[in-house]
Amino acid sequence: MNSRTLSYVLSAGALVGLTALAFAVGRYPVSLNELFSVLFGQSVSPNVETVVLQVRGPRVLAALVVGAALAAAGTAYQGMFRNPLVSPDILGVSTGAALGAVLGIFLSLNVILIQLFAFAGGLVAVGLVYFIGSRLRGHDPLLALVLTGVVIGTLLGSAIALLKYLADPYNQLPAITYWLLGSLAAITPRDLGTAAPLALLGLAPMLLLRWRMNLLALPDDEARALGVDTRKLRTLVVAAATLMTAAAVAVSGIIGWVGLLIPHAARLLVGPDFGRLLPLAMLLGAAFLLAVDTLCRTIATIEVPPGVLTALIGTPFFLWLFALARRSW
Amino acid sequence: MLTIENLAFGFPGRTVGRDVSFALDAGEVMCVLGPNGGGKTTLFRTVLGLLARHAGAIRLEGQAIETLSRPEIARRVGYVPQGHTGYFAFTVREFVLMGRTAHLGIFSAPGKKDLAVVSRVLDSLGIAQLADQPVTEISGGERQLALVARALAQEPQLLVLDEPTASLDFGNQVRVLQRISALAGSGMSILFSSHDPDHAFLCARRALLLAEGRVLEIGAPRAVIRSDTLQRLYGVSVQVIDLGGGGHTCLPAVGR
Repeated sequence: MNSRTLSYVLSAGALVGLTALAFAVGRYPVSLNELFSVLFGQSVSPNVETVVLQVRGPRVLAALVVGAALAAAGTAYQGMFRNPLVSPDILGVSTGAALGAVLGIFLSLNVILIQLFAFAGGLVAVGLVYFIGSRLRGHDPLLALVLTGVVIGTLLGSAIALLKYLADPYNQLPAITYWLLGSLAAITPRDLGTAAPLALLGLAPMLLLRWRMNLLALPDDEARALGVDTRKLRTLVVAAATLMTAAAVAVSGIIGWVGLLIPHAARLLVGPDFGRLLPLAMLLGAAFLLAVDTLCRTIATIEVPPGVLTALIGTPFFLWLFALARRSW
Repeated sequence: MLTIENLAFGFPGRTVGRDVSFALDAGEVMCVLGPNGGGKTTLFRTVLGLLARHAGAIRLEGQAIETLSRPEIARRVGYVPQGHTGYFAFTVREFVLMGRTAHLGIFSAPGKKDLAVVSRVLDSLGIAQLADQPVTEISGGERQLALVARALAQEPQLLVLDEPTASLDFGNQVRVLQRISALAGSGMSILFSSHDPDHAFLCARRALLLAEGRVLEIGAPRAVIRSDTLQRLYGVSVQVIDLGGGGHTCLPAVGR
């Protein structure tokens, strides 16, 4: 077995193991026997069934979906921007989603509308960045996009700050803070039912175009000279990655590091070919976020926000990877 | 193969050169000479349809370039840009396989046939042993050959090389020029630029001298590469020496 195959097998194995573990541990421990009984429809105590199907099930699945989606979007963006330090947020999807959610909380809307605002905010922010960025002619198209993303992101950030300042400090402000830190605690099966299909919709073009995605990592002129309409392909990739990220962020809040760290680690394992990279990044992203979320709900009596934990794990791990890797990515 | 008539070229809102006309037959090699900033790269990018032409016409096998799609152009013209290092660590094989893109359907990945083309191209350039090395970890000369290989994998009729010998050592420069001659011998048209007028003498049937975006002279190298034209082009005095037997070389005057 070569090292690439080994990477897939080990990641898939880790994912399965972590999933079983995630179901088992928590305030109400569930044994593997009980877990299998529930999954195969045998009778168990109603408590166990509720914990597995209603409480932990959606949360575990959400961690898998959100982790995989963030990692896939990050993989696409790192290739497209020819930069391994790029995260899915680079065009403002997270900031836009945050503004949408914060606005929803500020207006005291219900959960469904807050999620809808977050989702729409992400799409609108990236749409705006893309619209402005692609009209700045005479610059490298990618540079124009990134700079527009930074500028618009700052603007949206100020809008969030303003809303936080104006928000009711006893009621709304904690809710805003909680959302901005990200959490999978409140995930319902309904959230999952909306987010997962949207994420899959974003994944489809990436899977279908996996060969062409490689050419986006070349300088624009070279890709075009090789027969790729880079403008169209880039638009499609931005749309797909934004859809995936916005769907994930709308239900989980902002969870940083997954989309930056995981594609980078996966590239070190199997190289830059997108067709090989994407599945591994998704496996690793799902496993990583599930591990983090499981820790979040078990290490302390209160829930630790996953965004804090991903940063705590991510920072040293990233620096280590960076020191380890030679020039090549 | 390639016909250019009264071409004006440049960037959006800024014309760099104008009144360029020439034609290139199958199997013909033309070398474009000119100073830095003289418009060589811009001319090439326009010929490849990467920049919109400002006036005039570009035809590939009689077809106006603006009527051809990107893949249609890519199946006719291979492009070897000036190499650089900002690539991801694709292996040389993966990198050269990218040359097959224009021959693939939009959702397809390269297959056996494409891999066979790549192996053949790598063999012909003598770099088969590099196939599994990352393009980021080979030497500049090897990377230049990988870029040539990628363009050849396009199976084009016209090859456009932008300073293919820049940053190469003497031996690799000669090897690239030998490859150019051999490819032309097999019927491929070749347009390349160089900073060394000797390269035109060595392997081009015609030389195009480009100064400030205009054609200074165009014709057989020994007819157009002269002391006076080189002085005009580069602003230095150069002696063109007849080596006998058809060979020529340029010797710059460097005062002591």
